Amino acid sequence: MNATAVPASRPPNLWVQVWEIPLGRAGIILLGIVLVLSLVGPVVFPFNPKDITSTAADILQPPSSMHWLGTDELGRDVFRETLVGARLSLLVGLLATAISITLGSIIGLLAGYYRGAVGITLMRVTDFFLVLPLLPLIIILAAIFGQSFSITIMVIGLTSWPSTARIVRSQVISLRERQFIERIRSLGATDLRVIAVHILPNVLPLIYANTVLVIAGSILSEATLAFLGLGDPVRVSWGTMLHFGFVAGAAGRGAWWYLLPPGLGIVLVVLGFTLAGHTLDQLLNPRLREF
Amino acid sequence: MSTLLDIQDLAINFKTRSGDVHAVDGVSFQLEAGKVLGIAGESGCGKTTTALSIPRLLPSNARLVRGHILFDGVDLMQFSEGEIEKIRWKQISMVFQGAMNALNPVKTIGAQIIEPIVWHEPAIARGDANQRVLELLERVGIPAARARSYPHEFSGGMRQRVMIAMALACRPKLIISDEPVTALDVMIQAQILNLLKDLQKQMNLAMIFISHDLSVIAESCDEIAIMYAGKLVERGSIRKVFSQPAHPYTQALIRSFPNIYGKQELIHGIPGYPPNLIHPPTGCRFHERCDRCIDICAQSEPVLREVGEGQIAACHRIGETLP
Repeated sequence: MNATAVPASRPPNLWVQVWEIPLGRAGIILLGIVLVLSLVGPVVFPFNPKDITSTAADILQPPSSMHWLGTDELGRDVFRETLVGARLSLLVGLLATAISITLGSIIGLLAGYYRGAVGITLMRVTDFFLVLPLLPLIIILAAIFGQSFSITIMVIGLTSWPSTARIVRSQVISLRERQFIERIRSLGATDLRVIAVHILPNVLPLIYANTVLVIAGSILSEATLAFLGLGDPVRVSWGTMLHFGFVAGAAGRGAWWYLLPPGLGIVLVVLGFTLAGHTLDQLLNPRLREF
Repeated sequence: MSTLLDIQDLAINFKTRSGDVHAVDGVSFQLEAGKVLGIAGESGCGKTTTALSIPRLLPSNARLVRGHILFDGVDLMQFSEGEIEKIRWKQISMVFQGAMNALNPVKTIGAQIIEPIVWHEPAIARGDANQRVLELLERVGIPAARARSYPHEFSGGMRQRVMIAMALACRPKLIISDEPVTALDVMIQAQILNLLKDLQKQMNLAMIFISHDLSVIAESCDEIAIMYAGKLVERGSIRKVFSQPAHPYTQALIRSFPNIYGKQELIHGIPGYPPNLIHPPTGCRFHERCDRCIDICAQSEPVLREVGEGQIAACHRIGETLP
């Protein structure tokens, strides 16, 4: 179709709108800093986890010109370790979110579109997962399936989808009754086509805003699991740093430089995603729109 | 002129918790190719149910009790869901009320108009289909360049034009317009009505035009059918029915609209409410509200009889001299 530009002013890009709201801007800046540090940092300051000291003098040393943020209980550089740890924390957060959002969206779409037995069953399952005390469940699952990077992702992904499913479902229920859906069905379109081509694009903004919030939750869950010693022990994440720091008695020995960087990192990343996510949600969620 | 649509003794019930609603009860009418039939009546009289039963778009709790719908000589009631889908939009298409709801807000109007085309003509080349969309848009008075615009970028009248373009997409023989101008202001109403009339003449379309607004029907239809409580009470040419309404309900309906040509008088409403269609009244369904009701009206149901040339009405008191 040869369409020329429409004279009507289109709303600016979504992230531009987020940027214009102070809290959203703070979130974007925070995320930008963390992302750049985690991507570029380990390249400039490589970290070798096997670089373990042989002398007790290097253990838990305070910050110095040699080690900017001191050393850990194995004599490794905490600054470099923190940069590498950011990668795993973010990666787990993103992958777990991918599972969670995919699952939540599909279940939400189906539960909203099909009334009757299918919808009710799916919603009861969702409610079940929603009221489960999450932490004990995650601990048990992690204990059963073992401690590895992929298990952590699976466990977080499989337990965090219900809120997405609920939000998507409530929107689909109202969309399903709209006349354009009836019109498309009158053409003979299959349910799959109606859901994928006509309903999904309408709930996509909602899913989008939710994704950013779920990332924050997933990163926090990963840190929680790892702190409790249920993370992947051979990979460095902020959560495992906190765990080993705690086990090594960093808090008791006053080694703040070991616990503060990963702790602060988690706080800043989660804050960044939450600020950006809430701003997005405000812009995209029809229930929160103020006009 | 050949008969395109022949509805015979149509009766439709809706199953509800409090009982079966007899929404349409024994309605018959014919529509010739290229003609426009208006169906008028107050809310709940069965006009939409009658019209939507033709492309079988009724809600799932509707049941066909009896009757036939012959379209081009074929009984649509015998068709399976798959067969009726081949007819919908292709032979019989619809223009709904409230075009905002009938358009998907996140898809361009071009992408939506093209849907029935590619659905019904899978072999069509993408370029040809696109070309037809642009022609359709021009035809309903929308610049072709706006095919890539989204529904929210159009005004209400423009959206209704989009819906009309969509209804024309597969070159149907019959268009069912369910309150097509009800949500629009009078200026836009006039524009849309003119557009529909022009297109109908150019393309020799048959059209069923549902409205509660008699003035809209008077302006755009050849024939009018008046429905009350699921029954057809009067049918005839626009000129006849408006100049010599035979049924008391038709008369009351016409009196309840202001007439800008005649002498000024107060508008007469019709007292009371339409009857409950779960337990329809005995005899004539209008007798409780009728100012000419006599004993027989509550006992036996009047049948449709000829009252003038091509005009029929169902009332016991037809033939008596009017007071």
